[in-house]
Amino acid sequence: MDLIKKAIDWGTSKSPWILHFNAGACNGCDIEVVDSLTPRFDLERVGVLKHGTPRQADILVCTGAVTLQTRDRLIQIYDQMAEPKFVIAVGTCACTGGIFDGCYCVTGGIDTVIPVDVYLPGCAVRPEAIISAVEKLLSSLKDDKGGAK
Amino acid sequence: MSETDKNKVVIPIGPQHPSLDEPATFTITLEGEKVVNAVIGVGYNHRGLEKACESRTYIQDLYIIERVCGICSHAHSTAFCMAIEELTGVKVPMRAEYIRVIVAELERLHSHLLWLGTACHEIGYDTMFMYTWRDREKILDLMASYGGNRINYGVNTFGGVRREFDETTSSDIIKTIDELDEHLKRYMEIALTETTLVSRLKGVGMLSHEDALNFGAVGPVAKAAGIGYDIRVAEPYGAYKEIPVKLITDDRADVYGRTVVRILEMQESVKIIRYAIKNMPGGDIAVKVPRRIPAGEILTRVEAPRGENIHFVRSNGTDMPDRVRVKAPTEANWHGVQHMLKSGRLADVPITIAAIDPCYSCTDRAIVVNSGDNINVMDWKQLRQYSIDWYKKEGIDITALKL
Repeated sequence: MDLIKKAIDWGTSKSPWILHFNAGACNGCDIEVVDSLTPRFDLERVGVLKHGTPRQADILVCTGAVTLQTRDRLIQIYDQMAEPKFVIAVGTCACTGGIFDGCYCVTGGIDTVIPVDVYLPGCAVRPEAIISAVEKLLSSLKDDKGGAK
Repeated sequence: MSETDKNKVVIPIGPQHPSLDEPATFTITLEGEKVVNAVIGVGYNHRGLEKACESRTYIQDLYIIERVCGICSHAHSTAFCMAIEELTGVKVPMRAEYIRVIVAELERLHSHLLWLGTACHEIGYDTMFMYTWRDREKILDLMASYGGNRINYGVNTFGGVRREFDETTSSDIIKTIDELDEHLKRYMEIALTETTLVSRLKGVGMLSHEDALNFGAVGPVAKAAGIGYDIRVAEPYGAYKEIPVKLITDDRADVYGRTVVRILEMQESVKIIRYAIKNMPGGDIAVKVPRRIPAGEILTRVEAPRGENIHFVRSNGTDMPDRVRVKAPTEANWHGVQHMLKSGRLADVPITIAAIDPCYSCTDRAIVVNSGDNINVMDWKQLRQYSIDWYKKEGIDITALKL
C-alpha cells in the first residue's frame, strides 16, 4: 500500500497539469496566471501545462471571490477532478473574499466552498508568486532527498 | 420533434471552458457545421460591486472601481475620478491629465497586445501569441516601475494622480515604445500578408455597418464596421483636448477588420504617448478634493481599450455615493455576438467571441432584460424579497449568508 502511495506521490510531483477557473475575479489574477505560462516566466519549462478539462488536471488554480452563480459549478469542477488533487487560491479575493467580502453576491474565499492547499495573497498576484506557490506545493510532496515522502 | 429539428445538435459550452479564461455559457445549436442559433449566458462574475460602492466612502470606492476589471482598471478609475471632480468643481492640473493619458494609452497597448495574442491562440497561431505576450511584459514592467504594480496600478486619485512622473520614467517609456513600434510594424505586416491568418479571419463574424448601429456596438467592433466613434475624438476629455488623436476605422466589418483596427490603434497610441511626453507641462500633479461631495448627478464617458466606458454617479451630499452605475464596453458589444455567430461555422465560434475582446468581469453588472411589453418595476424592498424567494426555490437561504 505504502509503495503505491509513494509511486503516486512521485508521479504527482512531476509535471503537474493545471486547470484554471475564474470564480468571480476581476481578471487581474487570471491574466497573471496565463502570464506565468508565456515566454517571460514560462512555467511550461518545468512541465506545468494548462489544461482545459478537470478530468485530466492535478492542480485547480482558482481566482476570485466565489460568487453565488459560480459556487455550484466550482464544486462540480472540483468533484470531477481525479485524486490526488490540489487547489491553489490565487489572489487576495480567492483567499478571503478580499475587497468583495460582504458583497451580496459573494460567499467569500475559495475555502468557503472547497478545501484549499495553498493560499496566495496579492492584488494582483505576480507571476513569480504563482511559480513559487506551484514549486512549494510540489516540494511538499517530496522528502529531503527529492524522492517521494 | 419535427424532421428539421432532428438534424440539429445542441452543444453546451461553459461556464468553465478551455478557450476563454472567464466563466460564461454558450448554448450553440448546430445544423451540420453551421451555427443556427447561439444563446449566451453571462452573469457568473456578478459580485455586486455597485451596491458595495454605496456602502463605502468615495475614496474606498475608488479602489473597488479599479477592480471592476483588471485589464482596463485605469479607464474605470479615470471615469470615476472625472465624475467626482466634475461634481466638486475641482480643476485637475494639466500635468496630471497628461499623466493619465500616458497611462491610459499604455493600458490600451497592453490590452490590445493581450487581445492579439489570445485571438491568435484561438486560431491556433501560438507563435504570435507568445510574441505579443512577450512585448506585453515590457509594458507591464513600465506600469510596475511607475505605478508600483503590474495590474491595478492605482495611478488615479481624486483631483489628479498619485505619483510624480520623473525623467527616468519618461525615458524608459520612450525606449520601450520605440522598440514596440518596430515590433508593431512587423505584426501589421504579418496581419496583412500572412495567408493563414488572413484566410482564417476574413469574412468571419460579420457585423455590418447597419447591424453595428442597431446593436449599439462600441470600440474596435464598431470601428471595424466603419463607425467613426471614439470618445477621445467625439467628446475629448482631459488632455485629449490638446493631443491630436487620429480616428481609426475600417470597412471590412469582420474579425480581420477588428484585428487591423486594433493594430493600427496601437500604432496611434505610441504616437499619442510620444506627443504627451514631449508636450507635458510642469506644475502640480494633484489638488485637494473635499471628502463630502456636493449633491448631484453626473455621467462621464471615457474611451477604454474596448470602447466607450460610462460611469454614472449620484451623490446625496454625504461622503458616500447614493448610486454608482458602471456600463462597460463589453456590455454594449455582447448584443451583436449572437448575430455574428449565426450562419458561421462551429470552428469559428471561439475566434468570433474573442473578437469583441469580451471582459466578463466588466460586463456582469445588474442588467434589466425587457422581453416584450412586460416591464416590472420593483422598489428595493420588493426586489430584495424577490431575490430571497428565488434563491430559496434554488435551495439557498440567502438570509443565512454572512453579510
